[in-house]
Amino acid sequence: MTATLSADLIAQRLADSVPGAVVESNERDVWVTAESVLDVCSFLKDDPDLKFEYLVSITAVDYIEHFEVLYHLVSMTHNHGAVVRTRCWGREEPSVPSVTGLWQGADFQEREVYDLMGVRFTGHANLKRLLLWEGYPGHPQRKDYLEAPR
Amino acid sequence: MTIRTEPVTLNLGPQHPSTHGVFRMRITFDGEIILDVEPVFGYLHRGSEKLAEERTYAQVVTLTDRLDYVSSMSNNLAYVLAVEKLSGIQPPERAMYLRVIAAELQRISSHLVATGFFLNDLGALATPLMYCFREREKILDLFEMLCGARITLSYMRVGGVFQDAPTEFWPAIRDFLGFMPEYIDEYEKLLTANEILLSRTKNIGVLAGETAINCSASGPVLRSAGVNWDLRKADPYDIYDRLEFDVPVGTVGDNYDRYLLRIAEMRQSLHIIQQCVDQIPDGPVRERIPNLVRPPVGDAYAHVESPKGELGFYLVSDGGIAPYRCKIRSPSLINLTVLRDILIGWKLADMIVTFGSIDINMGEVDR
Repeated sequence: MTATLSADLIAQRLADSVPGAVVESNERDVWVTAESVLDVCSFLKDDPDLKFEYLVSITAVDYIEHFEVLYHLVSMTHNHGAVVRTRCWGREEPSVPSVTGLWQGADFQEREVYDLMGVRFTGHANLKRLLLWEGYPGHPQRKDYLEAPR
Repeated sequence: MTIRTEPVTLNLGPQHPSTHGVFRMRITFDGEIILDVEPVFGYLHRGSEKLAEERTYAQVVTLTDRLDYVSSMSNNLAYVLAVEKLSGIQPPERAMYLRVIAAELQRISSHLVATGFFLNDLGALATPLMYCFREREKILDLFEMLCGARITLSYMRVGGVFQDAPTEFWPAIRDFLGFMPEYIDEYEKLLTANEILLSRTKNIGVLAGETAINCSASGPVLRSAGVNWDLRKADPYDIYDRLEFDVPVGTVGDNYDRYLLRIAEMRQSLHIIQQCVDQIPDGPVRERIPNLVRPPVGDAYAHVESPKGELGFYLVSDGGIAPYRCKIRSPSLINLTVLRDILIGWKLADMIVTFGSIDINMGEVDR
């Protein structure tokens, strides 16, 4: 069984190594600041006790007042998993640092999030739309998206 | 006199028999050698995730059928597991056995499709494909007994399955378990030591284990690269922890390994189904829950080992009758991340074979 790591434990480890990154944590979830995502992920990937070498998925959820970007991570070595969350405020140009430098597997997933949700990933080498075509108006997965102006 | 050469860019697809649907690759060649590959997606994008936000939890099951349309059972299973996790529903024992039987039958049928089309891509036009489809037909007959449908099944329900298997299902599946190993032997006799297959696939499209992990590859693509990671073992769902089976793992990570791995997985699936048929208890097959499920506010991620890899659903509930967000972690899309690593440096003809060995389904790539 893949053990779910306690978010408090992760927050504790992060407080030592990436100071100022953790915004909020409870026993289940940990939120980090958008700017620190790359540092946090790089720590989680390289730390020998945590060793999250496998990025399962990158998702974004539109909560109207902010976007939440989630990283589902798994360590194959220790068979445990964790979810790292970050909030992006503002609907115009929400952005988080890209983790493509750590995991190649982030490439298409970040492009998909950008395409459908409009969250930019700074540092992504090829941040183009994935499923829709260039010039498509808007980001359809957003809650305020209207198919055509009425 | 010097002859000037320059790279040529070719569009492969979206309409091409080797692309298994509508998939386009922009490939740069130096003569016949591949210099660069850029996949272009989206020709089959139907906005399944957005559609799910407008439907009740029960209705979304029908959308999942149309993701990877050759393995609908696995898609159904991943989705209902996510809803059950979100709302804390525990399906009855018998339902969990029926689900595993259905999911493993689906794995065999999907691997048959993969193997058949892989051989088709190799140039063995139609003959191996028809052999594989002959047995897939038998599996579709079994599905028809279970739920009346053959492709878009919608057999799984939140809290169980649609109905109990009819009495004629059990002799039919025992019969299937009896003859299927011989058919797999037959494919192996035809193919595994076939010289043309060996020369076209051995040591071609080699994928290293670390690259596979770094690219978030899953399923046969990951395991053929020597990584022992199968969610049925690593994070068992339903009743997989009670079953005894092996996880086949490749050594080289080439096209041949991916082919061999699928054959080995089919045998393991038969072994799993046999145990389920022997052990299945009597009882109800569906938890009594309201038609309109209203999970508490929160989120949940559930995943299964689908024939293509890790299929996950991330659901967010706002307490309403429809998911607030339904994210599909599709193995076919993410497995394509390895394309550049395994194609660059090889020839055009190898490209078709290597691409076929990844086994993707466009319905799941574009969603």
